[in-house]
Amino acid sequence: MAEINREDVAHLARLAHIDMSSEELDRMAGELAVIVDSIKSVSEVAGDDVPATSHPIPLSNVYRDDVVGETLSNEEALAGAPDNADGRFRVPAILDGE
Amino acid sequence: MTAVHDEVLSFDEAMEKYDPALGFEVHVELNTRTKMFSSAPNGFGDTPNTNITPVDLGLPGVLPVVNRVAVESSIKIGLALGCKIAERSHFARKNYFYPDTPKNFQTSQYDEPIAYDGAIDIELADGTVFTVEIERAHMEEDAGKLTHMGGATGRIQGAEFSLVDYNRAGVPLVEIVTKPILGAGRRAPELAKAYVAAIREIVKNLGVSDARMERGNVRCDANVSLMPKGSTTLGTRTETKNVNSLRSVEHAVTYEIQRHAAVLDSGAAIVQETRHWHEDTRSTTAGRPKSDADDYRYFPEPDLVPVVTNDAWIEKLRSELPEPPAERRKRLQADWGYSDAEFRDVVNAGVMSSIEDTVAAGVSPAVARKWWMGEISRRAKLADVEPAELGVTPELIVELNALIESGKINDKLSREVLDGVLAGEGTPAEVVEARGLAVVSDDGPLLEAIDGALAAQPDVADKIRGGKVQAVGAIVGGVMKATRGQADAGRVRELILQRLGVEG
Repeated sequence: MAEINREDVAHLARLAHIDMSSEELDRMAGELAVIVDSIKSVSEVAGDDVPATSHPIPLSNVYRDDVVGETLSNEEALAGAPDNADGRFRVPAILDGE
Repeated sequence: MTAVHDEVLSFDEAMEKYDPALGFEVHVELNTRTKMFSSAPNGFGDTPNTNITPVDLGLPGVLPVVNRVAVESSIKIGLALGCKIAERSHFARKNYFYPDTPKNFQTSQYDEPIAYDGAIDIELADGTVFTVEIERAHMEEDAGKLTHMGGATGRIQGAEFSLVDYNRAGVPLVEIVTKPILGAGRRAPELAKAYVAAIREIVKNLGVSDARMERGNVRCDANVSLMPKGSTTLGTRTETKNVNSLRSVEHAVTYEIQRHAAVLDSGAAIVQETRHWHEDTRSTTAGRPKSDADDYRYFPEPDLVPVVTNDAWIEKLRSELPEPPAERRKRLQADWGYSDAEFRDVVNAGVMSSIEDTVAAGVSPAVARKWWMGEISRRAKLADVEPAELGVTPELIVELNALIESGKINDKLSREVLDGVLAGEGTPAEVVEARGLAVVSDDGPLLEAIDGALAAQPDVADKIRGGKVQAVGAIVGGVMKATRGQADAGRVRELILQRLGVEG
């Protein structure tokens, strides 16, 4: 147990932009630790000869031809946006790119 | 932009004390018809937010599907870079919060890129060959375009809000990452420029990208670090983002080397951070330091299945590769009949492809070279851009040349015609008409100008009459001046001699 501590949860919450109270952090640390431990038990069963699996279905190479299909109109594209201006999505200025 | 100016050491002093290490991440936008994961058109300059589908907006319930041509283009890039092609690769989610992606993640590749372990030979201006090792080339999607509004500068500082156009979101990208490049010494800036030029040449030659840097088809992040001379331990690096012209790459690497040297000399440490390049001041400013935000929590993309290659597929794509650039250069030089020196100048000026296109459009190699190495290179130098970025098309040169050959304009006037065309005044023929630039071919006005010039210089006229035919130049000059260069100098000479009754 205790693979996940309170600081780990606080870090993840910050990355995911989720506000969590002190109580929530404590509770989640415990719950996540249980989940991590459960998943760890899979590693114990799977030996070196079992490749890591990212998909449960053994499928590969699903492609689309490079052919233009239907698109949204500008109005449709912006229909769900909280705010727009000049045919574009209007968002708060976020300091990052510059 | 901050008002703080960083200290820099002179480049020579920096090179006496330190060895630079470089690394590049070059993003190449593919020119597929549709996006990486949706069937929206991959276009440039269209009405904002029209080249999009629900997939590109990350609306709930959508499923991405991989573009086969984008995968094949990526494999071709890998092959052209001498990479191994992964038997099995998959996509991953790179999670971050920024409005340039509406999904809050970029679909990219992480631990299993499509291509890895390659190398390309980069030829420097004097013919020195430098091998750059390629770490990996992976597939991903481009982000939307933000425009910061409000505030004085259009930059994010002081901006009140941003407007987002998602037309570019989902455009297929291949990111090419080098291994650390050591041993370039004082040629590091030159190598940086040559490397990016080589990548641009390769992807253009493959036909998988339009490779227009001014449109952001090829974008470079340049990593620079310094080691004290004699050390073999890599120093702390900075990553200068979005250095998007060949000249900027060269200048940014030079600047960062000088800045790092000054910081290290002062006894301080380099902060690992991104730097922003400012073309206007030719300097960088600090961006975001490495932080929590760089924990992208990559995980395998559950909505996309792995890309699995086989020998037959790879060999088929390999067989479709065009002639490699080095061989192409050899062939073009032979075809055009340029001397080694002439050809090297053409390559160094970055106009080989332009000349090739211009010759294909129908002028002789000599004429194409005259234009690209002469007038166009001169203008590019003045404007501090690459010749190919001036907007001169092969068709334009064909038209200008046809006007010269037909005697309608001369070389001197053709430059003025070019001015007009580049200023958006229409086709060369239209500019000639509108600006009244045609060569004066009617002898009437010429004779008038000749009489004027003879009267102005009677002593010269006497000399010519007396048999000193070489003195005619002074009169020709006077006539050309009077006609503002719009006369055919050869014809003027003939007429002057006729007028004076002297045998040419």
